[in-house]
Amino acid sequence: MTALVAQAVRAGYGDRVVLGGCDLALRDGEIVAIVGPNGAGKSTLLRVLAGLIAPRAGSVSLDGRDVRTFDRRALARRVAVVPQVFETLFPFTVREIVMLGRTARLPLLGRRSPDDVAAVQRALTVFGIADLAERRIDEISGGERQRAVLAMALAQGGDVLLLDEPTAHLDPAHQLTTLALLRDLARARGLAIVAALHDLNLAATVATRVVVLERGVVVADAPPRDAFEPELVARVFGSGLRVELRDGRPLVFPRPLS
Amino acid sequence: MRTALVLGALGGLLFASMLGAILVGAVAIAPADVWAALWGGADQTTGTIVRDLRLTRVFAAALVGGSLAVAGALLQGLLRNPLADPYVTGTSAGASLSAVGAIALGAAAVPAILPLAAFVGALAAAAVVWRLASLGGRTTVLTVLLAGIVLSSFAGGVVTLLLVASDRIALRLRAVLGWLLGGVSVTDRSELAMATAIIVVAALAAFALARRLDAFAFGDETAATLGVDVDRTTTAVLGVAALLTGAAVALAGVIGFIGLIVPHALRPLLGAPHARLVPACFLLGATTLVVADAAARVVLSPAELPVGVITGLVGGPFFLALLLRGRRRVVV
Repeated sequence: MTALVAQAVRAGYGDRVVLGGCDLALRDGEIVAIVGPNGAGKSTLLRVLAGLIAPRAGSVSLDGRDVRTFDRRALARRVAVVPQVFETLFPFTVREIVMLGRTARLPLLGRRSPDDVAAVQRALTVFGIADLAERRIDEISGGERQRAVLAMALAQGGDVLLLDEPTAHLDPAHQLTTLALLRDLARARGLAIVAALHDLNLAATVATRVVVLERGVVVADAPPRDAFEPELVARVFGSGLRVELRDGRPLVFPRPLS
Repeated sequence: MRTALVLGALGGLLFASMLGAILVGAVAIAPADVWAALWGGADQTTGTIVRDLRLTRVFAAALVGGSLAVAGALLQGLLRNPLADPYVTGTSAGASLSAVGAIALGAAAVPAILPLAAFVGALAAAAVVWRLASLGGRTTVLTVLLAGIVLSSFAGGVVTLLLVASDRIALRLRAVLGWLLGGVSVTDRSELAMATAIIVVAALAAFALARRLDAFAFGDETAATLGVDVDRTTTAVLGVAALLTGAAVALAGVIGFIGLIVPHALRPLLGAPHARLVPACFLLGATTLVVADAAARVVLSPAELPVGVITGLVGGPFFLALLLRGRRRVVV
């Protein structure tokens, strides 16, 4: 079943057009990496998919219904978003942050249900931060904070996760384990995950499909092996990168500097 | 458990401070006589002083302090920055301009009009500041504070103009000036009743907004993706903060720092969630102003200091210390 579909989406800010007609269909169980140079429109595409900005043309639909017609509470029960930058000056604990993921399911007043408490505990456990639950969010490492925000998105209990650079604050080993974890979640729970990624090798390793954006247009949408075609990579990212196949997997290397 | 303990302690503190504040004043009255007067058992003069003057005033001070602290917590939560409060965002200035305008037009003769006029001014100021601050697309703390400063200077200028230009007000200059500097004065029971009603409703509404306000922790967009209707919630929070500020300004003029410092002081104790912060802010804000008002009555007795002078003198350095201690984490 296809969950989230963008058709011929054009979008931008003010006079600036960022997306010039993007198509993307997202299916259950897959993890799609969106790659592209800075300014190619990765974050904007995620924001359009999340219904945060209205497309100038085209549409984004969830199960056939335009996402802009959902109210935020209903949409939040289906689609969770992890932003690129998350900072708060207030001393929330990790558990309280993850509980924010339940906002759309909690009553405005009154007690949290056992379901909410259990969903938060599960999300904490999945991301390996259950023992940090009572720590303050500003007293843990950047990597732990990143996992707390991912746990918040998972606790929302939706079936679509939109992640903007979900591993930007992680060391290489944690980047890999976190993305592998997300891929397993996609498979095991039938989640559809989209992640904007800068690291092309990471994208090639964990994604089931790679979408390459160039100046707001999708120029490739295929499994990693076909998406990272050497000439395309050189054209989109510049000639400083070389693609090699290793064990049937494309890997990208910087060319030696002259 | 911890929350219950802290709230209980703050409640006890408020009760003790109110009791203490009723005991002191320009006229020395023995504690036993005060106690008797509270239950209607003293002579008439003592009864008038204790019940009509001191009790009313202490009650008003508690309401004003509680309102300002809750309004501060709301604005800080919405802007996700501990540097906001009704004073620095210009909300208080708008309220005082509107209230002074109402007095200049002679509307003060209408019972209970002042809290409503102040509310309208506070709401207009909040709306203008938010509109100015979001002109560039995104609302940032820096632009809200700048817009607040602009509005405060403008409102201050107009108030001064009204004071100088209007003969009718010039006659009452001393009283109005005392009120502008921040002074708890209840001249009219209907005004107190109106302000009390507004504050009770607004404080309950603030509590009801707590969970949605938490979702603003990472900004407007994340609040939206967590399921919050950002525009409606922003409007509701600004409206409730304006109600609280308007009622507070009507009773006591412009008092700074309470709204800034009280939430700031409570977060290390209670954490960030607003369902805990809002009731605690009301209790501690009330206690703070009751104590400050008692000090204002006693320090230069029988003369009286405007309470805004006390909160300014104590609050300014205190806030500066907080700012310096946490300067690396305070980002605008």
